[in-house]
Amino acid sequence: MKRTLSAQQSKALLAGLLLTLAFSCLAAFPLRAVESSEMLADPALEARARTISKELRCLVCQNQSIDDSEAPLAHDLRVIVRERVKAGDSDTQVVDFLVARYGEFVLLKPRLSWHTLALWGAPPATVLLGAAVLVFISRRRRNAPAQETANLTSAEEARLAELLHDQS
Amino acid sequence: MIAELGHYALMLALGVALVQGSMPIIGTRSNDTALMTMATATALAQFVFVAASFAALAACYVTSDFSVLNVYENSNSAMPLLYRLTSVWGNHEGSMMLWILILAFFGALVAAFGNNLPLKLKANALAVQAWIAAAFQLFILLTSNPFLRIADAPFEGRDLNPILQDPGLAFHPPFLYLGYVGFSIAFSFAIAALLEGRIDAAWARWVRPWVLGAWMCLTLGIAGGSFWAYYELGWGGFWFWDPVENASLMPWLAGTALLHSAVVMEKRNALKVWTILLAILAFSLSLIGTFLVRSGVLTSVHAFANDSRRGVFILAILVVFIGGALSLYAWRAPLLKQGGLFAPISREGALVLNNLFLTSACATVFVGTLYPLALEALTGEKISVGPPFFNATFAPLFIPLLLAMPFGPLLGWKRGDLLGAAQRLVVAAILAAIAAAAAFALQRGGPVLAPFGVGFAIFVMAGALIDIAERTLVLRIPLGAALRRAAGLPRSAWGAAFAHFGIGVTLFGIVAVTAWGSERIAALKPGDTIELAHYRLTFDGLFNRAGANYRDSVGHFSVRRTGGDLIGALEPSRRMFPSRDMATTEAALMTRGVSQLYLSIGDPTPQGTVPVRFYFKPQVLMIWLGALIMFAGGALSLSDRRLRVGAPQSAKASAALQAAE
Repeated sequence: MKRTLSAQQSKALLAGLLLTLAFSCLAAFPLRAVESSEMLADPALEARARTISKELRCLVCQNQSIDDSEAPLAHDLRVIVRERVKAGDSDTQVVDFLVARYGEFVLLKPRLSWHTLALWGAPPATVLLGAAVLVFISRRRRNAPAQETANLTSAEEARLAELLHDQS
Repeated sequence: MIAELGHYALMLALGVALVQGSMPIIGTRSNDTALMTMATATALAQFVFVAASFAALAACYVTSDFSVLNVYENSNSAMPLLYRLTSVWGNHEGSMMLWILILAFFGALVAAFGNNLPLKLKANALAVQAWIAAAFQLFILLTSNPFLRIADAPFEGRDLNPILQDPGLAFHPPFLYLGYVGFSIAFSFAIAALLEGRIDAAWARWVRPWVLGAWMCLTLGIAGGSFWAYYELGWGGFWFWDPVENASLMPWLAGTALLHSAVVMEKRNALKVWTILLAILAFSLSLIGTFLVRSGVLTSVHAFANDSRRGVFILAILVVFIGGALSLYAWRAPLLKQGGLFAPISREGALVLNNLFLTSACATVFVGTLYPLALEALTGEKISVGPPFFNATFAPLFIPLLLAMPFGPLLGWKRGDLLGAAQRLVVAAILAAIAAAAAFALQRGGPVLAPFGVGFAIFVMAGALIDIAERTLVLRIPLGAALRRAAGLPRSAWGAAFAHFGIGVTLFGIVAVTAWGSERIAALKPGDTIELAHYRLTFDGLFNRAGANYRDSVGHFSVRRTGGDLIGALEPSRRMFPSRDMATTEAALMTRGVSQLYLSIGDPTPQGTVPVRFYFKPQVLMIWLGALIMFAGGALSLSDRRLRVGAPQSAKASAALQAAE
């Protein structure tokens, strides 16, 4: 039997080379990501299907969208997405349909909810917190100017001057 | 015999590392110069033993000694010499050997070239370096020994995973590790400074070359990995926000921040407490990356729980070093004296802004990478955090950074003139606006945001050029005089301009290929033709070709311009490796300027057609070209006399140092 490296393994290997190989996943995947036979005749619908596919996770893969994956499950999901798109569903309806079937795990971009609040909140929170700390420190230091020089011995001062004298 | 010698050398290295980790520290406490100087000799000796051990493992691979389990599992006598050598680190045990080899290498460099360092700082730093080395050597000896034998030696090895049989393996991991592990020097110096409880601007001067060197290697390592993934995976993706990639991006972001804050510390004696923290964080993130990748925790929390010996060991190393370092920091940092004051609008202020956004970006990647693991471990709930999340959160953090980047170098130290800087950047802004408008006019139905991306990229590139123009006064004074000024500019100024320019180049490539790349997916019979972006591709047929340890099923395609003239052939293939019964996709690339045509094929279908994926990747090479420019910028800075550790002119300085001791 011929075995093909699934793309998610290639990715893990390539990016880090280091993950112990999960050989159990090396099943027979003779398919390739998005095949011509899957594609819809209408280019507008196909483009929509591609966009939706990029946001959906191939459930048996490691961090890979169904659009990139070679796994049979990803193939099935791509076909489902195209069937729904063809049946006239809106993008949200297609995604909702798959979430109802497979849970939020299928979304590569988690929805904002209580359990993802910390995830979505982290980026703005870090910036705001960092900015607040900066303002706080600069206020405090302006009110109480710090001692400018450290306690160095005279020889160390000379050494420091030596090192820094050719400043640009 | 060679394997046993390697094993023995590794144990000796551990012994030496333990001496290196204890004696110099005792020396610094009791002011015993002899004990402190032991650090130098032991660091060199440790490197010799680790190198011997590594060489022994490499010898087992080169000679295909399949009585060694590690060689049997990852090598094959049919492989060319290059891959027999690179497969040393194409597996868990071997890559850890590479890790400690580079760690010992950096230690030896400090020992050999750090003659102008204060004796105490050097002794402490090398001792800390030895603790890290000892921990990982112990890890290898106890859980990941590459020198184990098999009682009945097999006749042939199992082969290296085909996907790794690529020149990329010779390049990517060593550079990545040079970067990762290079940050250990900054870490060790930070801990040494905290142990002494004193730190000054000279500290930054000593540490900067190491950070810069590590950063350069990491930049190249990440870019190399990205390029490798691009041509190997068969569909031309260059960045996937995969956890393993994120693990290398986090130290890069922290390291970039460190590089900038160390400048402030050196020039203005400010941001000391923060710089020390960044030095600790950059290496901590390298350790976390090692843990993530090595422990198997990424595959699944459960896989980790099932076979956790290695994972728990690295986790313990992680906790001890990061926890210990941060505790020491919390205890000692308040003792560090604050340095020079500066106004918010100043070079320092700009660098602080840079640090704010770089660390926030780093935190975003960190949270995004670990959140699914944490959530599953805590609640059992499974969510996915993938590329759409990172694209949505990372970009907004990078935009202010890109906007502020050209301003930084134009602002003065202490108090800058924002209006003046803005006036000097008017030209850059105009160029950016023109480029964005042109992109908007030229693109047909492309993403709305793409022209803005192009505008940012041009702004950053033009900003870097203006920085140099302002310093050399080119166009304002006669050319000869401007050239003399250019020659007189410190190399570090050139380096910064190069690196910033490189960021713009990379950004341009990313925007262009993401927004305007196009693809055709089709099933072709011999004689069929498809068209894509001014190119016409004709499938001529399949043929077989034998390689050293594989068999290629090659498709031959002629490429023509839509006008008709032939411009070349593409030969993508499916590569079969009989030893593992596996196949890989070998894409074919054709370079047109900085753009590429990218073609990959699948296995023939029963209907006699061949699945074909044909891509046009506009400006894609700029992504990696930008990284090379950043690397060159780093190299320029590193060659700056003032940064060189042990540069000839420091003879006087080291005399002054000896007086100080």
